[in-house]
Amino acid sequence: MSIIRANHLTFTYTGASKPSIQDVTIDISPGEFVVLTGPSGCGKTTICRCLNGLIPNFYSGDFAGELVVDGMNVKEHTTAELATHVGLVFQNPENQLFSLSIERDVAFGPENLGLSREETRKRVDWALDATGITELKDKPPYELSGGQQQRAAIAAVLAMQPKVMVLDEPTSFLDPRSALDILAVISNLNKQLGITIILVEHRLDIVSKHANRVMIMDDGRIVLDGTPRDVYGEQARLIGIGLPRVTTLFNLLRKEGLEFSHTPTTVDDAASQLRKMLSR
Amino acid sequence: MIQTEDLRFAYPGYSEVLRGIDLTVNDGEFVAIMGENGAGKTTLVKTFNGLLLPTSGRVKVDSVDTRESSVARLSKDVGLVFQNPDHQLFSETVREELAFSLRNFGYGEDTIQRRVGTILETLDLTRYSESSPFVLSGGERKRVALAAVLVWNPKHIILDEPTIGQDYQQKDRLRNFIVQLNAQGKTVIIITHDVEFVAECRPRIILLSKGLVIGDGPAEDLLSDEQLLEKASLTRPQIGALMHRLRDFGFSDRAIDVYSAEQAILRALGRKT
Repeated sequence: MSIIRANHLTFTYTGASKPSIQDVTIDISPGEFVVLTGPSGCGKTTICRCLNGLIPNFYSGDFAGELVVDGMNVKEHTTAELATHVGLVFQNPENQLFSLSIERDVAFGPENLGLSREETRKRVDWALDATGITELKDKPPYELSGGQQQRAAIAAVLAMQPKVMVLDEPTSFLDPRSALDILAVISNLNKQLGITIILVEHRLDIVSKHANRVMIMDDGRIVLDGTPRDVYGEQARLIGIGLPRVTTLFNLLRKEGLEFSHTPTTVDDAASQLRKMLSR
Repeated sequence: MIQTEDLRFAYPGYSEVLRGIDLTVNDGEFVAIMGENGAGKTTLVKTFNGLLLPTSGRVKVDSVDTRESSVARLSKDVGLVFQNPDHQLFSETVREELAFSLRNFGYGEDTIQRRVGTILETLDLTRYSESSPFVLSGGERKRVALAAVLVWNPKHIILDEPTIGQDYQQKDRLRNFIVQLNAQGKTVIIITHDVEFVAECRPRIILLSKGLVIGDGPAEDLLSDEQLLEKASLTRPQIGALMHRLRDFGFSDRAIDVYSAEQAILRALGRKT
């Protein structure tokens, strides 16, 4: 049973000369952690907009093929209905927070669903706890650091209890340590709560260790789809994907005649392989 | 040359964002200002073109105190490209956006069109010249914002977070472009969180934390200093982290890019002397 299934999905924005995404066919199982990457303008953001129904509900254009998310055909449901199934987190948390306290921001979604006070309270507490910001709940967003704001934005989405979370470069405005913190929060939602994650990111160095699957897009199509180890090869490099530095390092060493069982995609893996080799 | 002396700045009614900064950036230098969210990086560079004036202390650009000048005059020499291009762009077409400042500076139409044409070409924007900046992607808008500043040929160029939202190839292009600007004798100052970009470009790093300079030196020194990195909420670049992990084999964690690491590993394995 898949949680996201796209069948020959194609979308052309009104006025555009060619489709932004073309013939996209994917099948994602519940609980997967998928990194979606590709050169600028390849269609990543368009896919995100399809997943929560912004396309075709808000953006006009020519929608062909089929997309079913958590059992709902996006063409047949409103964005409001889809919002309880798919949460969307953007690059800049400032664009997502608007209340005078973090708690109000997180309560906004559940209240809009018309849930009871008790249920709303329960969900807000749970979402604040899952993102580690319970002690910040009374603060206004502008008093928070960038990393804390992004946690709050994630909590606000989480309170809707979506099965799928789509995050469009959620760490790009954050300093590196805050970025790692946020990735840990996301990974936790995936591992502890089983939420399916679709993470759009250029910087494969920092996300690869969390992903079980990487999809690489080019010119509106998904051209590579598999485990990080499977897809980080020559073809990805030629498309212009920035492979993790350790992967690039091993590719260079291989050209120098060194032999390895496989090409690593994380520091941990690279360190243990080199350690073995150097200890011989 | 840009110089600050005991530079302090506070927004009215708030505590100091910059708490006494002394630094000198020489002509033609390539500098990266790094530090945690809220460290004061953007505030600092806004004092370089007079957008903000010191609460106390001094900023001098090419020996002129910014208090004795104006943003209009300073901007001619100090080009500041904002982090969010939407704070900067307003014209109906990319071409108009680029021509705007040149018209303000009083250049003739021929010069304007020639300069605009060149910069469109350099930043790979020619195909968008008649498009509205607002239909472009985030990464493309950032390039337009950069082009709109470079077009008037300032001597010192400041880029606030130029790599955000840029893919790998565009970062590569940006790096080459900075090298080119440097070679023309221009000062380039970038604000960035991107430790991988910095590890590959090797600028001088000025490390800011809570409104103070806590480190100043070559990239390989600062990006391997655990204590400084923690204070400034930075991480080691991936290759630096790998070398650090293998330090018991005699590797130096100052090897922060792929090529230095490759050489070091080949030497350790006796493949190279």
